[in-house]
Amino acid sequence: MVPGAFSYHRPDTIDGVVSLLGEWGDDARVIAGGHSLIPVMKQRLTDISQLIDLAGVDALKGISIDGDTVTIGAMTTQHELITSGTLHEVAPIIREASLQIADPQVRYVGTIGGNVANGDPANDMPGLMQTIDAKYHLAGPNGERTVAARDFYEAAYFTAREEDEILTSISFVAKKGGYAYEKQKRKIGDYATAAAGVLLSMDDGVCSSASIALTNLSDTPVYCDAAVEVLVGSSVDDNSITKAVKAAVEASDPVADTRGPVDFKKYVAGVIVKRAIQSAKTRV
Amino acid sequence: MEKMHIKMTVNGKNVDLLTEPRTLLIHALREELGITGPHVGCSSSHCGACTIDMNGMSVKSCSVFAAQADGAEITTIEGLGTPDALHVLQEMFKEHHGLQCGYCTPGMITRAYRLLQENPTPTEEEVRFGIAGNLCRCTGYQNIVKAILEAATKMNEMKESA
Repeated sequence: MVPGAFSYHRPDTIDGVVSLLGEWGDDARVIAGGHSLIPVMKQRLTDISQLIDLAGVDALKGISIDGDTVTIGAMTTQHELITSGTLHEVAPIIREASLQIADPQVRYVGTIGGNVANGDPANDMPGLMQTIDAKYHLAGPNGERTVAARDFYEAAYFTAREEDEILTSISFVAKKGGYAYEKQKRKIGDYATAAAGVLLSMDDGVCSSASIALTNLSDTPVYCDAAVEVLVGSSVDDNSITKAVKAAVEASDPVADTRGPVDFKKYVAGVIVKRAIQSAKTRV
Repeated sequence: MEKMHIKMTVNGKNVDLLTEPRTLLIHALREELGITGPHVGCSSSHCGACTIDMNGMSVKSCSVFAAQADGAEITTIEGLGTPDALHVLQEMFKEHHGLQCGYCTPGMITRAYRLLQENPTPTEEEVRFGIAGNLCRCTGYQNIVKAILEAATKMNEMKESA
């Protein structure tokens, strides 16, 4: 399986990338870790004549933490997210989720930017980014702009990113409290049958804030407002968990595929959301 | 499409390769450099038979363009041991029957090598998760895990006595 021919570019600045995208338009694609793009190129499902490798752009790399504000460069790999001790201290949910992506080899090269910008509903990072309420930073010919992760996804592979823009980093404010990212998959390396991210803060036995989001249960990641509303103000007892799970499953809209029929996926979603809330509660 | 020069260090040797940008690293290694240790398995990034060590990372070379490896330092199974001087991991795979058909073995050992560099004293569970990107259809993994754990012990003993 060999892809069609293309020209290879490795610019070393964000401006260099944006200028190549402007020059080549639809014919160009950026490549980060490439483990979503290269398989598609090998199957000749895409027709790219200009490949722009982001590996040479140092400005897209690294994790910086300023108080409780975390900024992660788009080219930061899942392996780097997992092994960063300082990131784990402020936002342990990132490691928990990253460890459930693909397999060790893929995590060495797979990047947070590629995972969130690709717009594949099966990817885990978009759901995680809904959970932590991340902001995406984009650069294009008209400069930089910021889009909330919760506003970024329009449909499968369709996002708020314009063709001539690239995602440069993600940032979020780390919240103290319980967390969990739970994922049901058929085997290591598979996408989720259902996955859910949860953040939970409790104050004197009452839930003061919460966040719940789903992965691969719709054509976009799903942030579950209604389920969050149920939890906030409750004691996160069995009754409120049951109601929140019901609300989250109602917000899902999975399609039948090799991972199972719709009813099965909704059933698994319920199990996973329940598990994630319970796990987050034990870590508050 | 115009060919490009790619400079890499492969198993300690500097190589300069003239190839098309679309050439996958596994094909550059096998067909242009004659390094046939890494195998072509699924060619879709699932099986891990093509695993190499690139800049200190285990990488599936079927899913990387040679162009992306420009400037990289690469180690394949050929760089770990020779028939006359096997690597400890190779010795232990032999000793513990960590292979049957052998197709996955170069990738499996190259991955195990990096795993033990990062975690010299892994638990059995850590070994199993650490080699989760390498499929073996023969062994059922039991003897592979045994071989890696035993290699870790031996490598640590060697370090202590050095």
